[in-house]
Amino acid sequence: MDVLSYLVFFLVVAGIYAVATLGLNLQWGFTGIMNVGVVGFFGVGAYTAAYVTGPNYPDAFGGFGLHPLVGYLAAMVVSGAVAFVVGLPTIRLKHDFLAIGTFGIAICIQLVAMNWKSATRGFDGLHSLPKPFAAAAGSPFAANLAYLVMVVAIILLVTLALERMVRSPWGRMLRAVREDETASAALGKDAFRVRLQTFVMGSGLMGLSGALYANFTGFVSPQDLLPIFTFQVFVMLVVGGSGNNWGAILGAVVIWGLWTATETVLSALLPPGLQQQVAAVRIVMVGLILVAMLLLRPQGLLPERRNVSPEARLKP
Amino acid sequence: MLELRGVSKAFGGLKAVDDVSFTVARGTITGLIGPNGAGKTTLFNTVAGALKPTGGEIRLDGRRIDGLPSHRVYRSGLARTFQIPRPIGTLSVLENVMLAPTGQTGERAWNALLRPGRVRAEERANREKAVGILEFLNLIRLADEPARTLSGGQLKLLELARALMSDPRVILLDEPGAGVNPTLLGQIVERIAALNRRGITFLIIEHNMDLVMNLCRPVVVMAGGRLLMEGDPEAVRGDPRVLDAYLGGTA
Repeated sequence: MDVLSYLVFFLVVAGIYAVATLGLNLQWGFTGIMNVGVVGFFGVGAYTAAYVTGPNYPDAFGGFGLHPLVGYLAAMVVSGAVAFVVGLPTIRLKHDFLAIGTFGIAICIQLVAMNWKSATRGFDGLHSLPKPFAAAAGSPFAANLAYLVMVVAIILLVTLALERMVRSPWGRMLRAVREDETASAALGKDAFRVRLQTFVMGSGLMGLSGALYANFTGFVSPQDLLPIFTFQVFVMLVVGGSGNNWGAILGAVVIWGLWTATETVLSALLPPGLQQQVAAVRIVMVGLILVAMLLLRPQGLLPERRNVSPEARLKP
Repeated sequence: MLELRGVSKAFGGLKAVDDVSFTVARGTITGLIGPNGAGKTTLFNTVAGALKPTGGEIRLDGRRIDGLPSHRVYRSGLARTFQIPRPIGTLSVLENVMLAPTGQTGERAWNALLRPGRVRAEERANREKAVGILEFLNLIRLADEPARTLSGGQLKLLELARALMSDPRVILLDEPGAGVNPTLLGQIVERIAALNRRGITFLIIEHNMDLVMNLCRPVVVMAGGRLLMEGDPEAVRGDPRVLDAYLGGTA
């Protein structure tokens, strides 16, 4: 029972990561947008959900007490809107320049969460957020199981919608913009618009991921907004298969599995004096996995499809 | 139909294109020649919207297109190819060509999501047209291959195929003959002539003088960023100023 309950907990968290990884896949995998501020949009979504669904805090803004489903929608919209505002001036930047820009934005968002105490309660965070199904389910295990079913349903819905959108002339245009903006523009494609659009859509998914997290743990604080989250999501995407939606999901489960397993294994293996280094060793290990993957199988576990639009083939 | 008046493009103090005026008449294959560094490709990039001119006016059928971004110039009926071909390497040859039409219903994410039937029907029509063009350019047997596997000459044809998909009125070709073997070159020349007979106007940069003499009339000569002369290929070939520009005199 303990194992099963842990497995359910593990899969919910992996699923939350998978939603963010699907968002990054749309940006980086399909369109080549180097967003190194994933955690910023995750954070905006988490805090939005906390305000929309949370209780009325005496010392902070918010407390509308609405249903979590409203929180999920609001999180997507607000994260997407933030991405739009941030994207207007920055999305023209390429590669490392955009990476520095988005990284800085994520840091700014974390600093706001830390320091704007009258709105966010700083490190005390926003607590007592409602968890869907908790009351109806009875036991914590049943509540987590119900949450897992909901997360899986959301992932399936999102993935099927994304697949339909991406296997089309739209997806073909994204691939063209990713590989050669100059050639795309010479064929009438508005690369700026395409990049801004996928930046907004992908960030909306990252916001949804944050909202799913907030209502699962019932608590959000600046501690959840560390850059390590962005690193994890990138590793998940690269290992799973950049440009493949099912690969993004697989990568999230595999890397989150390794991440949690290494904690257990390292805690058991390392001598007491080194126990405090577990977290650092773990980051090094995942970094090594990333490097090994890039060297040995750069296309990821599930590579991207060669053919984009199903109709665009001579031989079926 | 394509009219350049006093077009200039400066990079800092360097005037790559300096006060160039000429007209590409409807139905012609106009050649643009000149020694390396004459400013031909810069002029192309300026006309096609990849670069903003620093002076002058460019008109397509009377409408000003100078300063418009590339994708808007393309949508107004002017397509271009690149000196060094720029295929979308991971897309198949067929999908490279099917990428070209603008305003496809399926290029909007929500149409792809909510109106799959209409998108599919349009894709079939799009494919049919692309197949026709690939047959015309002898690329059909490579249709399902990734574009990165093509040879240099085949990529030149692919560039032409993409340019044809949107039924442009004017096509700018940047060195269609460079690095192409003689057999394929003959094929390219013949296809350009056939398209011209169908009413497409061409402006071609080319170093291969045989191609220019056979295909282009009139020929515009540039040197040192300026327009040197304009005339029939025979007149251009015999002009001492042109010889001087090519053989080391300073223009």
